[in-house]
Amino acid sequence: MGKTLFEKIWESHVVVEKQNGPSLIYIDRHLVHEVTSPQAFDGLRMNKRKVRRPDLTIATMDHNVPTNDRSLPILDQTSAVQIQTLEKNCKDFGIKLFDINSPNQGIVHVIGPQLGITLPGTTIVCGDSHTSTHGAFGALALGIGTSEVEHVLTSQTLWLEKPKSFEIKVEGKRKNPHAVTAKDIVLSIIKNIGTGGGTGTVIEYRGQGITDLSMEQRMTIEAGSRAGLIEPDEKAFDYLRGRQYTPKNYESLVDNWKEHLKTDSDAKFEKQFTLNINNIAPQVSWGTNPGMTCDVTESIPSPDEFSKGDPNQKKGAEKALEYMDLEPGTPITDIKIDRVFIGSCTNARLEDLIEASKVIKEQKISTNVKAMVVPGSQMVKKQAEELGIDKIFINANFEWREAGCSMCLGMNPDILSPGERCASTSNRNFEGRQGTGGRTHLVSPVMAAAAAIKGHFVDVRELDLS
Amino acid sequence: MEPFKKVKSIITPLDQVNVDTDQIVPKQFLKLVHKSGFGKFLFYNWRYDKNENIKSDFVLNDSKYDNSKILVTGDNFGCGSSREHAVWALLDYGFSVIIAPSFADIFFSNCFKNGFLPISLDQKIVEKLQQELDIIEVDLETQTIKTSSEEISFKIDPYKKKILLEGLDDIAQTLQFEDKISKFERESKVPSVL
Repeated sequence: MGKTLFEKIWESHVVVEKQNGPSLIYIDRHLVHEVTSPQAFDGLRMNKRKVRRPDLTIATMDHNVPTNDRSLPILDQTSAVQIQTLEKNCKDFGIKLFDINSPNQGIVHVIGPQLGITLPGTTIVCGDSHTSTHGAFGALALGIGTSEVEHVLTSQTLWLEKPKSFEIKVEGKRKNPHAVTAKDIVLSIIKNIGTGGGTGTVIEYRGQGITDLSMEQRMTIEAGSRAGLIEPDEKAFDYLRGRQYTPKNYESLVDNWKEHLKTDSDAKFEKQFTLNINNIAPQVSWGTNPGMTCDVTESIPSPDEFSKGDPNQKKGAEKALEYMDLEPGTPITDIKIDRVFIGSCTNARLEDLIEASKVIKEQKISTNVKAMVVPGSQMVKKQAEELGIDKIFINANFEWREAGCSMCLGMNPDILSPGERCASTSNRNFEGRQGTGGRTHLVSPVMAAAAAIKGHFVDVRELDLS
Repeated sequence: MEPFKKVKSIITPLDQVNVDTDQIVPKQFLKLVHKSGFGKFLFYNWRYDKNENIKSDFVLNDSKYDNSKILVTGDNFGCGSSREHAVWALLDYGFSVIIAPSFADIFFSNCFKNGFLPISLDQKIVEKLQQELDIIEVDLETQTIKTSSEEISFKIDPYKKKILLEGLDDIAQTLQFEDKISKFERESKVPSVL
């Protein structure tokens, strides 16, 4: 029987295999940031251990960095300490750091591919649950905890239970690819399989709906599984060609990847789900996990409709509606918003910003809305500025910020006030995620831009996006 | 790491599904650079209102559960952010066992690195356990949970069981395979980053 892409990458990285237990897997790339690493470096010091492969380890600061003027000191003392701690740790252990003033600074999952550090067929880890993003290039990329960060720093390996393989086939073609985006595909998937639907699996996204996507769109796909993968193709190879850290022998690597990095036609997946995207609408989340999502043309469901008879899901939906202050039956397009956040590792790449700027054109945002764009990396920011996109946002009264995770998790000063409602291009809508008491609706960049203009959600398919 | 011993206590029922790590430890408390002292931040926004007053209707604020070491909760516990602070907070607060129908992947592996035992059981058994008012006993050695009326067995990977029971340093275990790791590196064709 043939093998899946995931099985091939897994098997080529097994260092120790045990019967009925976890395998020791070699890690090719380790990305480190300021929030989940300090305790790991402490552990190394306590046990007099070294970083085994500094040459496979890269660090940046993204989670709690301020996104305003970088020449100003960091006012939050605890954030400043965490950032200084990373600087010291990288210096002490010989790790390459893109610090707050580096032109390469940015969200780890944006800079990895942008610098050619992310490569097909490799294993990549980071102490961050969004690490799966790198799977867009056919890398097996896993989010890990701090103890595992310490484990990888010391041994360049991890003990892993082999996850189940899960095929998600995305069939069909979007009618208006500027209005219905990769974000809408992934929210539709999560809506169908549930927020825990990917647990214990590595998802391989397949089908025309996926291969049609550009690389930056593919990096939007993230759904709570152990990892997600897309078979690398010419688009992936082209994206990484000629980047700052792309290996010198790149073309011979590409030849090898073309031959080996694919799921065999007779391979079997342990789980399967198919989504047809011919007719999907822009998506808007209404609840407090990404599975609580509906079409922009729909109304807020009642807990009974949502739960389909599951009492636990019903209870979850009731709690979510109370937190979100929403009534069942309210049309999505009637929901007014206070804030707009265009940013995060899923949706703050150049293409996201270009697409959102096409919605704005020469319009201004609604007077009731405060809106910000936080580019995914300093390089994205620079590229956007070279194209004049920053001017479109600034003229519309968006704030144009420096790179970082920002309001995706609100560890820096960019947070919602209690009760504020936000259209956000990030990927988590948990209670208080963007600020205690804040209410998050997950949408695509174009949906967020349109909501900023109108002051409420609108179906972007009705707008001129030329 | 301390070896895991038998745990005897009443259970704390947290009857919710999809509890994410943002709820377990909100982001404003992730800036600390040490592992200790996170217990006071556990479920912070559910324990306290915006004026820092105690919310009396939240289960952890009921004094009868003050000495409970076993949290019994719903499906997909620990989803979302990879923050290990979630486990540090549960431990520091006083819990040493968590029982649920299922756990999110990263949270699940974080538990074992800290001597914290996650047990996944059938939904119906979990629901019944949530009603249990008496002291129960969790015995990792025999893989059993004893309640006033029954004995429930649970599964655990033998390697993880050994790590917990003996309080082993996971990294020291791995470094015993140094020769294999070095051999892999010699044969691997993966280019360095820099």
